[in-house]
Amino acid sequence: MGTTQQHDIAGKLLIARHSVVHHLPAEVKLVAMLSFVFLVVLTPLGQWWAFGVYGLLIIAVIAAAKLPPVRVVKRMVIEVPFVIFAILMPFFSAGPYVEYFGLQLSEAGLIAGFGLLCKGTIGVLSSVTLAATTPMRDLLSGLTRLKVPTLLVEIAGFMVRYVDVIVDEMRRMKIARQSRGYFERGIRSWPVIARSAGALFIRAYERGERVHLAMLSRGYNGKLPSYSLAIATKAQWATGMLLPMGAAIILVLAWRMA
Amino acid sequence: MHAPDGFINAPVSLGTGAVSASILAIALNKAKNELDEKAAPMAGLVAAYVFAAQMLNFPVALGTSGHLLGGALAAILIGPWTGMIAVSVVVILQALLFADGGLTALGFNVFNMGIITVFSGWFVFILLTKFLKGRSGIVIAAFIAALISVPVSAVSFVSQYAIGGTGTLDVLDVLVAMFSVHVLIGIGEGLITALTISAVLVLRPDLVFGARGKIKTELQIKESKVS
Repeated sequence: MGTTQQHDIAGKLLIARHSVVHHLPAEVKLVAMLSFVFLVVLTPLGQWWAFGVYGLLIIAVIAAAKLPPVRVVKRMVIEVPFVIFAILMPFFSAGPYVEYFGLQLSEAGLIAGFGLLCKGTIGVLSSVTLAATTPMRDLLSGLTRLKVPTLLVEIAGFMVRYVDVIVDEMRRMKIARQSRGYFERGIRSWPVIARSAGALFIRAYERGERVHLAMLSRGYNGKLPSYSLAIATKAQWATGMLLPMGAAIILVLAWRMA
Repeated sequence: MHAPDGFINAPVSLGTGAVSASILAIALNKAKNELDEKAAPMAGLVAAYVFAAQMLNFPVALGTSGHLLGGALAAILIGPWTGMIAVSVVVILQALLFADGGLTALGFNVFNMGIITVFSGWFVFILLTKFLKGRSGIVIAAFIAALISVPVSAVSFVSQYAIGGTGTLDVLDVLVAMFSVHVLIGIGEGLITALTISAVLVLRPDLVFGARGKIKTELQIKESKVS
């Protein structure tokens, strides 16, 4: 679970460019990406050409967004655990078996593993593209406009806004620990880390109380003013839907041929 | 345990999505009671805490390390409903921002990591604190609650994999492997959760939701031995 996240979380995700993809409203991108990935998941295994075309589609979007390929690839590291899972499948699944390079591999396992690899990779590419082209603020207001409950979006907003503060707090505590001569010694250092986790909770909670009081003194009455931007136009929806539309055509063809 | 896209089939991904969405809707309503109008900032800060706590690495051995999942911890610290929202928001943002977990598997991931861990952890905690009293009782209950919540989540994960998993691995093999690994992870989770709860109990016992009404926190007037 999330081990690759770095500090300055909100700032580092967006790769700012001027492109069609960047300028599309967040809700359009959210719907486009979600329906695209959903269509990919629906595609029958065995129609490998379809996954190739999906891959080309999403690479075309990345190219249109002018995202640097190296940084996109770096962010795909997150998929390593399920790549391992997919690689294990042919070795540990039931027969019939086929032999490649002297290895006995399950045929069904090979198909399922490769399928997971294709679908998962396209999914990761889509999510990375979404996060790299959409500022956090827009993403949250996009969720509001897609009728995600306001309270949930507000909570997410507060989390995003304060996560760097809390992570920095954590880093200061780490420096404090180290300057007192702490070094990690397996399980014996757990009480120290746990006490830090406890202190961190108290600090986070007390900060929450202060933030709440500060909001009250500025006239907060339980509802945040909505910072909604211009509503997405029909043309923008049409542009955004090009991706899932393309995928839908491929999906129909893939089903026909399967 | 973040499932990627394509790990489960479309019906299960839609089904778990609908279940997670409705449970979260209930949780949002209930959280307002747990925190009243403080709900948004407090739950947001706690979500940020859970996110940060997941980054705290605990050295295990030979240079490897594990990290907290935080479901039971969040439930005991701020109550089951707010805790559920906090952990779920973390899972949702991990998918949206870091591609950690597929978009189509979001309902599945929220259900297993955000909802089941919190629910099972809180249930065990409440059950145990009926018998275990006092400060040490709460800490022991927290240990067992967190320990159990992790394999329970793994079993829930495997049961949905059995219904709609796209993998070809034998369900029983996956169950045995996932369960045994997660019992081990659960022991670590339990220890860390218990230690964290006991640290908060020392400094600000009033903040521990699960300890409310179970230990005395009010100021007391005591007789001085001198007078």
